[in-house]
Amino acid sequence: MSAPEKTRVATASLAGCFGCHMSLLDIDEHLFELVEKVEFDRSPLTDIKHCGACEIGLIEGGVCNAENIHVLREFRQHCKILVAVGACAINGGLPAQRNYFKLDDCLRQVYQYRIGMTDAGIPDDPELPLLLERVHPIHEIVRVDYFLPGCPPSGEAIWSFLSDLLAGRTPRLPYSLMHFD
Amino acid sequence: MNREFMLDGLPVAFTEGQTILQAARAAGRYIPSLCWHPDFPPHGSCKLCIVKANGRHVSACALPAREGMEVESDTPEINGERRALLQMLFVEGNHFCPSCEKSGNCQLQAQAYELEMTSARFDYLFPVRPVDASHPDILLDFNRCIFCELCVRASRDVDGKHIFALTERGIHKHLVVNAESGRLSDTDFAADDLAAHICPVGVILHKRVGFQRPIGQRDYDHEPISQVAMEESS
Repeated sequence: MSAPEKTRVATASLAGCFGCHMSLLDIDEHLFELVEKVEFDRSPLTDIKHCGACEIGLIEGGVCNAENIHVLREFRQHCKILVAVGACAINGGLPAQRNYFKLDDCLRQVYQYRIGMTDAGIPDDPELPLLLERVHPIHEIVRVDYFLPGCPPSGEAIWSFLSDLLAGRTPRLPYSLMHFD
Repeated sequence: MNREFMLDGLPVAFTEGQTILQAARAAGRYIPSLCWHPDFPPHGSCKLCIVKANGRHVSACALPAREGMEVESDTPEINGERRALLQMLFVEGNHFCPSCEKSGNCQLQAQAYELEMTSARFDYLFPVRPVDASHPDILLDFNRCIFCELCVRASRDVDGKHIFALTERGIHKHLVVNAESGRLSDTDFAADDLAAHICPVGVILHKRVGFQRPIGQRDYDHEPISQVAMEESS
């Protein structure tokens, strides 16, 4: 008898801090259960560069530049279920705090006028992805199936959510795991 | 004589002049609200207390209870509408919970938790609303205002100072300070005014006490607002 086929899962961090990915690792011994059930596709954990066909895509972080949009669209195209994980993916989060300033002013403040700055100048290497005027939550760019709030969502919340999803249930966080902070 | 109406199929006793919400709370039954406060007349602006009374949408905080009324409140349909109202409040302002001192004690956040609002669904407006840190004891963060006017009412009707007001209409509506400069330090606002203690969200904050209560000990960390509110009122 062959082993049951594993669920393919892809993950990415866009304009985020990798805190949500760290929280995923915080599920501790459940990691053993998780790798029994899932196979990771594109993810910072595998270093696979492009997303193949997957059941589940987990997106951490908001959308702050052109590359984020490409990655997000690739995920939407290849993942049956797309999940916004954490505050930044859901509402822009910390990176979106720059939305109250002009992008030009932000860049000048950091790369030109910062105290102690030597060799000042805004980076313009063509390899750098172009920044958007504003940071957006991912649901403003693509359709999102589920939202898992928290900054970051706790390991427990992530495990509860993934357990539901992998068992074919509609994920629903109990009150104690529902947090926006 | 004891008069009754039906709330979600169970009888609630009321006395003449009580609103649906007042009678429900007095009977230990919770109806969600944000702009309603037991010490003030109904305001009817947040619409979170929306219920169906005899099949019609009404604000439970404003409509007097009547004998034999059939009221629906805790139903998937009404809660869905309440969730949509919350989602609109969240995108209209800047509610970035992780950096807010009120997080865990915020009624807007607590309503969103209880109504399982996992996303704001609509596009965020990201309005630009600079804070006012001019006052020695109080910080005003206008980003989080939900226009409940509790500070306006408390300052006008109880403190007798008329310090706050809402100005402009529709999407441009915002909270202002009644001073020529527009700054709170140019008013006689004091940290022991009722208006300094009535904000349901994180607009009017006392300085030097932020994040004093750790996560796990805040108002809504363990119990939903429906339970906390009923415990407070009993």
